[in-house]
Amino acid sequence: MAEMAANGEEPEILFWVGCAGAFDDRYKRVTRAFVQILEHVGIKYAVLGTEESCTGDPAKRAGNEFLFQMQALTNIEVLNGYNIKKIVTACPHCFNTLKNEYPDLGGNYEVIHHSTYLQQLINEGKVRVAKGESFQGRRITFHDSCYLGRANDIYEAPRDVLAALDADLVEMKRSRANGLCCGAGGAQMFKEPEPGKKDVNIERTEEALAVLGTGDSVIATACPFCMVMMTDGVKNKEQEEKVKVFDIAELIAQAEGLSR
Amino acid sequence: MFKIESIIFIIIAGLGIGLFIWQIRKIRKNILMGRDTDLVDNPSERINKTLLVAFGQQKMFKRMLPAVLHLFVYVGFLVINIEVIEILIDGVFGTHRAFGFLGGLYSALMFINEILAALVIVACVMFLWRRNVTKVPRLASGVEMRAWPKMDANTILVIEIVLMLALFTFNIAGLKLVQLEGGEVAGSYPISQMFVNIFGSNPESLHVIERAGWWFHIIGILAFMNYLPSSKHFHIIMAFPNVYYSKLLPKGKFTTNPAITHEIKAMLDPSYQPPAPETDADGNPIVQRFGAKDVEDLTWKQLMDAYTCTECGRCTSVCPANITGKLLSPRKIIMDTRDRVEEKGESPVIFDPAKYGKDAGTERVKTTEEERTLLRGYITPEELWACTTCNACTESCPVNIDQVSTIMDLRRYLVLEESAAPASLNAMFTNIENNGAPWAFSPSDRFNWAEELYVPK
Repeated sequence: MAEMAANGEEPEILFWVGCAGAFDDRYKRVTRAFVQILEHVGIKYAVLGTEESCTGDPAKRAGNEFLFQMQALTNIEVLNGYNIKKIVTACPHCFNTLKNEYPDLGGNYEVIHHSTYLQQLINEGKVRVAKGESFQGRRITFHDSCYLGRANDIYEAPRDVLAALDADLVEMKRSRANGLCCGAGGAQMFKEPEPGKKDVNIERTEEALAVLGTGDSVIATACPFCMVMMTDGVKNKEQEEKVKVFDIAELIAQAEGLSR
Repeated sequence: MFKIESIIFIIIAGLGIGLFIWQIRKIRKNILMGRDTDLVDNPSERINKTLLVAFGQQKMFKRMLPAVLHLFVYVGFLVINIEVIEILIDGVFGTHRAFGFLGGLYSALMFINEILAALVIVACVMFLWRRNVTKVPRLASGVEMRAWPKMDANTILVIEIVLMLALFTFNIAGLKLVQLEGGEVAGSYPISQMFVNIFGSNPESLHVIERAGWWFHIIGILAFMNYLPSSKHFHIIMAFPNVYYSKLLPKGKFTTNPAITHEIKAMLDPSYQPPAPETDADGNPIVQRFGAKDVEDLTWKQLMDAYTCTECGRCTSVCPANITGKLLSPRKIIMDTRDRVEEKGESPVIFDPAKYGKDAGTERVKTTEEERTLLRGYITPEELWACTTCNACTESCPVNIDQVSTIMDLRRYLVLEESAAPASLNAMFTNIENNGAPWAFSPSDRFNWAEELYVPK
């Protein structure tokens, strides 16, 4: 972004990578897939690179309002400094925080989650979901992220994106507004679960496995934390050979023949 | 001009209504213990929501069987109340079926009334069955479902059945009397017609039965009304304002504390002048805790939530933490809030849940006197830290209670005032402070992913 600004250019969109997208080895692959899609459609985009910092979401959900606002005010200064208007992010937690909580602190942007953005690209015909791996008939179930679904009422965009794959889409028993959390929200990602009889991600994975049948199948996610939790759940159930966990951007990139 | 019967009626009704108003004032005072919050924006959207969710029972229909049964009782309550107005008029003026002049409309009203009254009985019997025989888990189990909440629910259902039976008693006896006299029946009574002969055909005893049923019904209603403020059944009133004042913003948007914003801005820029703090009536600045330790730190809407809760347990039954055996139960958070409000403020008139049944005097959490606040005295940190803020509870609540906001405010107190977060979360805070990421990675490595990426130019 700094480079673009130095050249006096303004991007159409700012891709907010997020901490998981920048540091988590598994989720870097999602960042890569999404960037490949952005390159593929030829949109003028930018990233903040090292100038990006945590949105403060985990601090806020853990009750540390002070740290959250420190992060938010610093990020807003950077974003406003570059005159950013439109932000796309693959993380529902960043999305929710940037979209809903930054305006109170002086950060007003059009914030779009990558599921909605991919839906737009498919609808506009910019991504045709061809030339790549075929998912025809593969059984896929979408796991709703709480911060995308209930928190922001986005249920259909990721499903529309998956529908373009012509796969065998199945719904879990609890889906959309009734979807069950993966167990990582509210800063649970960064702590051990409280004592109980089961971990939430195991409960959710069992539910997914129940509808996925016996063939090769996919649990599709649209959130870095859900991805970790579902992947761990599948491993715990020793189903990782058969059941893969992918972000919707990875599936689209694969179907478009972009990913290596 | 008034008959002695009318005078007795006026005294009883006056006492009943007066006592009810006195109790409502206590509850109003309790709710206003909460902090102020501005919820008057968007009246049209709020009215829409109230019509859909409260009047229209929209969210009840996520579960079909209880929704239909509840609808019987709810519509029965609304329509039968029209007859209660008639009873009040009859009672005061000594008239008999004062709305009879409405003719066909009255017939239709009485007809619907009887059908609904029968459906109310059916529904209440099934509700009793679900609670006590099949023991639907969300109604029958959970630490918060102590002796009083269970007794309360059964009491309500039994009272409703008895009230409906009283209604039928005076309808049947009245109908038989008119038929014996060969007069014209005001209204149409399909159910009573079926049982018209059960009280025999002695006009004198029929008259006594008719009057007894009538008096029992109206005194029963007045008594039940005064039971409401002590009961979960208070939701029949509170559901409407509570939905009206419910959150219109996306569920993911949590509140921002402007006091903290001023503090940070002053820290970053020494020339920043924060606005003068708000003052109370005597001009002393109001010092507010960060987050909530006790009920007065919550907003009045959060306290209103507590008075609206009907303890149905839908929130708890969809809570991922509760489903997987953690201590957290969103219903308990709300019930605890109500119990604490009544411990600290005005206590209920009819019953004090704390003094009832085998749980009387047993505290849920053992604490010292000064720790007897909502946080720790009722709700433990372990419960609060189990929440994933997934909003399944708020989504499921038929009366738009916001459990997450109360959980969050209690968490904020733990972190901001006590620095009492779990160690792993403190580590996460430190990482964000130092590295700008919740994990221990160097901020200078943040862009490394791009080097690993082959970007075709």
